[in-house]
Amino acid sequence: MRGMQRLIGVRRMAYMFLLPNFVFFGLFVFLPIGINVVFSVTGGTALFPSQRPYVGGEQFAYLFDCGSYLDPASCREDHFWRGVANTAKFIVFQVTAMVLFSLVTALILNMKIRGRGFFRAVYFFPVLLSPVVVALIWKWILQRDGLLNAAITTLGGQKILFFVDPGWAMFWAVFVSVWAHMGFYTLILLAGLQAIPADLYEAAEMDATPRWRVLTYITLPLLWPNMIVVIVLALIKGAQTFDEVFVLTGGGPGTATLMIVQYIYETAFSSQVQNFGLAAAASVVLGAVLFVLTLLQFAAARRKEV
Amino acid sequence: MRLSSLLGQRRNGRGRPLHWTDIAAYAYLALGVVLMFGPVLWLVLSSFKTQSALLEFPPSLLPFAQVEVTVPGQPQKLPLFRVTLPDGSVRELAQVRRVGLIAQMVDPANPAQQFRVAIDKREPVRQIALATENYSEPLQRFAFLRFLSNSVFVTLVATLITLLINSMAAYGLAVYQFPGKQAATLAVIGTLMIPVTIILVPVYLVVTELGLTNSLWAVILPGAATPTGVFLLRQYMLTLPKDLIEAARMDKASEWQIYWRIVMPLTLPALAVLAIFSIMWRWNEFLWPLAVLTKTEVYTLQIALNAFQGELQTQWHYLLAMTVVTLIPVALVFVFLQRFITTGIGSTGMK
Repeated sequence: MRGMQRLIGVRRMAYMFLLPNFVFFGLFVFLPIGINVVFSVTGGTALFPSQRPYVGGEQFAYLFDCGSYLDPASCREDHFWRGVANTAKFIVFQVTAMVLFSLVTALILNMKIRGRGFFRAVYFFPVLLSPVVVALIWKWILQRDGLLNAAITTLGGQKILFFVDPGWAMFWAVFVSVWAHMGFYTLILLAGLQAIPADLYEAAEMDATPRWRVLTYITLPLLWPNMIVVIVLALIKGAQTFDEVFVLTGGGPGTATLMIVQYIYETAFSSQVQNFGLAAAASVVLGAVLFVLTLLQFAAARRKEV
Repeated sequence: MRLSSLLGQRRNGRGRPLHWTDIAAYAYLALGVVLMFGPVLWLVLSSFKTQSALLEFPPSLLPFAQVEVTVPGQPQKLPLFRVTLPDGSVRELAQVRRVGLIAQMVDPANPAQQFRVAIDKREPVRQIALATENYSEPLQRFAFLRFLSNSVFVTLVATLITLLINSMAAYGLAVYQFPGKQAATLAVIGTLMIPVTIILVPVYLVVTELGLTNSLWAVILPGAATPTGVFLLRQYMLTLPKDLIEAARMDKASEWQIYWRIVMPLTLPALAVLAIFSIMWRWNEFLWPLAVLTKTEVYTLQIALNAFQGELQTQWHYLLAMTVVTLIPVALVFVFLQRFITTGIGSTGMK
């Protein structure tokens, strides 16, 4: 290293320090982004770009070949559109529930209560669990002879086959995802709540302002920037949803909980014919959506600084 | 008494009466503890149940197993039942065999004395018993240790590489002024938002080209350079006093020595945070290993578990035990992290 330093000078040693990390970035991020675009305009079944015939926008045309975009069954690639529809549905419910529950939790954890540190840790705990563990825990509870059905029958109800009913499967996909990740969003909101100046609350107390007014006139407006961050992050994560739902429901029953990422994974790796071109085209579409969401996030982050 | 003093705590310590929202808040928190910890606790309790206890419906809370006794003159251990005899007395008897609705039973203390009992007159005698075989048997039966060691190897090696190359890059970005610094920083930030999801196929191609398919290195290498890590370490290194580095240069220390001997030790707190996160990421990773590892012998725990849950639907006793093992490092990290959580990992935006 010293010889290197003598050779290129102290200042250029920066490149030496950056080199290993950027080799990895280059090989596994920058290069793949380029290849992904190439893949999406080629066809065939070969893995190597040089052996793949150029087909132009054919993959995209195939993906977007739909009678009506609102009806996945009318599309040639109906699984892709089911994935899109399911992911959209999942995002709507999940983001709503996530924001609601993490907001309530953050507000409560911000109160002067005993054991605050403990309670914060309690809500954060599931964030650390692996998606497979999360899904298996809930699968165990929700199975036919599981804990929840035991509770239901004890209360006089009938057993419910949660993963056979499409509505229930989607409900639990959203529920489990919120359960696993709300701790993370709660922390972001909590950080925002603690940044609100205390004298505002003291002034409100002097004026004997009712609590709900304090909430709607001070807390919520000042928390808004953090709320936007939470919403956009939850959107981005929602669009990428795969592991928990995949292990929990396998995308079923039928295709009721099949998400876009599962579609990409299965098209490329686990279907009879590995269709890398189509998978790449779908991931370019997903990437475009994520890019827009990311821009939103940067805009939100900037507004937060102002 | 404790509860009333807990609930009676007033906000701001002033003499305000307890508002209904306070009570609602405590109710919510209590529910939260049950809902957040309950499922995990249920998993752990269930993992110690025998296969037959798992099939019971409705399930019992604790892992019970029927008591079995050795009766002189019987080749096998016999299950013990509490039996209500026709005369109304209750005795504990061992069941020899069951024919239709009648069970043939003996008194363990006096094996000569035989009883014929209607099966609805007997109740199994049960005691808490931990079915540790749920844990020990998978070790022999499904190369469980293999998956465990694969996961440990991936997690440790990947974390070491990540710490090394990320801290080098962070040092380069934090300490030097050089042409292209802006571009390099931008490249790091730019990759922050690219999930493996959308470059799944081409990364697979690169890994194949490098001849790494079905090797653990295929899992380790692609995620080794994390923008989050570079960023975190850079921010921390920026706070170190510049004079320190200048002084070391005066003393003719090489740039590598300055990085390795001076800056790295001072960056330990940030390195520790990154290490914890890297361990979590790697231990829990699912989609990428699922795509790139297709041979059973290179499966990581997460992939093996997922594969098992398809094959072992009826063998929940193994599956639950293996899930609990997968959870152990996470629980350890949690105990270690608890302090950090209260001070707010949220503000760094990491996960």
